[in-house]
Amino acid sequence: MSVAVFHISKKFEKFPALWDVSLEVQTGELLALLGPSGSGKTTLLRVIAGLEVPDAGQVTFAGEDVTNKSAYERKAGFVFQAYALFQHMNVFENIAFGLRVLPRARRPDSEAITKRVNELLQLIQLEGFEKRLPSQLSGGQRQRVALARALAIEPRVLLLDEPFGALDAKVRKDLRKWLRHFHDQTHLTSLFVTHDQDEAFELADRVVIFNEGRIQQIGTPAELRQNPTNDFVRSFLEV
Amino acid sequence: MRAATSEGRVAKYLLIAGLVGFISLFLIFPVIVIVIEALSSGISFYFSTLASPHSLNAIRLTLLTALAVVPMNTIFGVCAAWAITHFNFRGKSLLISLIEIPLWVSPVIGGLVFALIFGRQGWLGDWLYAHDIQVLYAYPGIVLGTAFVTFPFVARGLIPLMQSQGSAEEEAALILGANGWQIFWRVSFPKIKWGILYGMILCNARAMGEFGAVSVLAGSIEDRITIPLQIEQYYLDLDQGLPRAFALASVLLLLSVITLAIKIGLEWRRLALTHLVRPR
Amino acid sequence: MNAVPTLAQKSYTPPLVETAPSISKPLPAPYHRHILPGFHLTLGFAIFYLSAIVLIPLAALLLKVVTPTRDYPSFALVVRHVYDTAVDPRSIHSYQLSFGLSFAAALLNGVFGFLAAWVLVRYQFPGRKILDALVDLPFAMPTSVAGLALTAIFSTNGGYIGQFFYHTFHWRIAYTSWGILIALTFIGFPFVVRTLQPVLAALSAEVEEAAACLGANRWQTFQRVILPAAQPALITGMMLAFGRGVGEYGSIVFISGNMPYLTEITPHLIIMKLEEFDYVGAAGLGFIMLLMSFVIVATVNVVQYFANRRGLA
Repeated sequence: MSVAVFHISKKFEKFPALWDVSLEVQTGELLALLGPSGSGKTTLLRVIAGLEVPDAGQVTFAGEDVTNKSAYERKAGFVFQAYALFQHMNVFENIAFGLRVLPRARRPDSEAITKRVNELLQLIQLEGFEKRLPSQLSGGQRQRVALARALAIEPRVLLLDEPFGALDAKVRKDLRKWLRHFHDQTHLTSLFVTHDQDEAFELADRVVIFNEGRIQQIGTPAELRQNPTNDFVRSFLEV
Repeated sequence: MRAATSEGRVAKYLLIAGLVGFISLFLIFPVIVIVIEALSSGISFYFSTLASPHSLNAIRLTLLTALAVVPMNTIFGVCAAWAITHFNFRGKSLLISLIEIPLWVSPVIGGLVFALIFGRQGWLGDWLYAHDIQVLYAYPGIVLGTAFVTFPFVARGLIPLMQSQGSAEEEAALILGANGWQIFWRVSFPKIKWGILYGMILCNARAMGEFGAVSVLAGSIEDRITIPLQIEQYYLDLDQGLPRAFALASVLLLLSVITLAIKIGLEWRRLALTHLVRPR
Repeated sequence: MNAVPTLAQKSYTPPLVETAPSISKPLPAPYHRHILPGFHLTLGFAIFYLSAIVLIPLAALLLKVVTPTRDYPSFALVVRHVYDTAVDPRSIHSYQLSFGLSFAAALLNGVFGFLAAWVLVRYQFPGRKILDALVDLPFAMPTSVAGLALTAIFSTNGGYIGQFFYHTFHWRIAYTSWGILIALTFIGFPFVVRTLQPVLAALSAEVEEAAACLGANRWQTFQRVILPAAQPALITGMMLAFGRGVGEYGSIVFISGNMPYLTEITPHLIIMKLEEFDYVGAAGLGFIMLLMSFVIVATVNVVQYFANRRGLA
């Protein structure tokens, strides 16, 4: 499913977090939002998810205007920066949460929930960890549980906020590979926010460079390297 | 050789001894005195005092008051903390300051304000008299005064706790399709239940022991006074009043010791919890 | 926007940063649509309950001070009566007593509280945790129970300590200002300790080590490094104890004896006025006490404001 935003602006208190941002994500694309901290990339991700209301502009999912739809109606999967796992629930309950809170008419029975959760545990390679609490998992494991939880509701688009930010270098690399592999298999339209160039260039089909609430340039990693359009992009990529 | 950043051994032990002495004299000694005085006329006198109609009435009214006040202030505390910690709105810091007013104001003022509304010469005095509704010197007045004095306890504990937890788990639940009740009961409540209990315990201790506000609102009509007021009544009674006053005071003392124990237990538990929440 | 525009080029280059934004409609003023549920319900109830229990009752007090009644049928007469009550020698004496003794108790607690916080934060010794827990006792203990116990300890006639002082030095403690001072020190103690503890714990040993390396002796380090850092918390804790002391009633009534012009505190005078059905006079004294609380709160805020500003600089 494609995702697009048109002329999105958003102000916090006085300073603009997003200023007239337009962007289209193709179906099945893996797109990186890259920029220094405070450049507005996370805000854009939250606007797409429905966690932040833009002051102006429009968000569309598959051509349908969802600007005024609630976060849940959009059916976006969101992986939070610090994972935001439910600390008091075990891994199984965390992943099952989205299914358990469905209205009774659409809620699967407990067998179906168990089946679905087990599939997801297999996908994230954490079978046998159902009963663990988030505090008993490593950073990389938490990250994968957060992903499985987001996937449980069969989202139309996957949004990841600094997915590897809190991990050490080795785990980071492994998870990167895993995510690329996962995306190649499912072709779920995905956006992730990062401040790490290598990560963006290695993983993403296209990279969007942000600074001070505006998009500086959009392109494939090769295009950006060969043809930076302004000084900011040039100096940002040089570092 | 001693480190340049610490006092000598002698100074250290003197300071510790000073603190132990101060706390023993001012904090522990009064507790012991209450127990000794309460039992000074014998165990049977002690229990007959507690079982007397005066004492039982006071205990009953105190329990009824706490039963009304603690839930009201708890619901308020949870609502106020939810609004303050999950949303931005104009006047938020004003609201936080207003919640703290009762901490700064004399408990007697907490009683006075309701006397000025519901008393015979109060704003609603004539109307209440005409309709034969008794607020002052009755249960409703005692509840209002106590609610005023104990008003901020739950909210004040919850606001920093919920602020430190942030809104991310609630947002995650929202995206996964949970509605308001589901978010609160399944995600937020388990995180804050010990904080709520902590606030309720403090609120309860203060509610049951409240004296100033209730002195104004309960008057001295015999069957409409709470434990602290009954203690005063006994105290003023020249005929064997003192041991009676101490006997009843020992009930409140027991309550405060239990409160302190639960409070310490919860603080330990809460430390453990925050440790769980922030593993890094 | 009716038709959804497309931006289907593969590489889209937005206008340069310097160009004006191409926004078709003007930006609305920043408004909040709240994402999490329950905003109106929870804020609505909170404001309703706050108004019912605190704000409207306090407003009733403020209005009482300026509204004519049967006994004082005009505005001028009401204000006159309020003024007369407020400056009555008996009232003035009660303010002096409440203020002076609360201030003295706050000073005492400043010293003892600082030492207690220091010992509890800096030293490890058996029983430290128990002492730390006991600091909260005056919070947990009902004021009337504390008052009763202190009276039993310090009364001249049969008091555990009071008797000794009376017979040896002819020094009366209970039913004099000394008794009130002890009660106020008792209830104010935890405020200073609890505000100071986190600050002293956060004060890094490195700063002290640096001072020591620069040749400061222990006293100089204390005076020039530790005290200035702890000062705002110390003042805040003392103001909290002071504020609590000015309004305190329960622990004082038993030990003070409530003798007009001698040991009568303002809250007691308010209750006396109410018992005489002098509602306007009681409201007037209540108004004075509210003003005092307001001044204390304002002082604490100013202290904290400057402390924060210094912290930022």
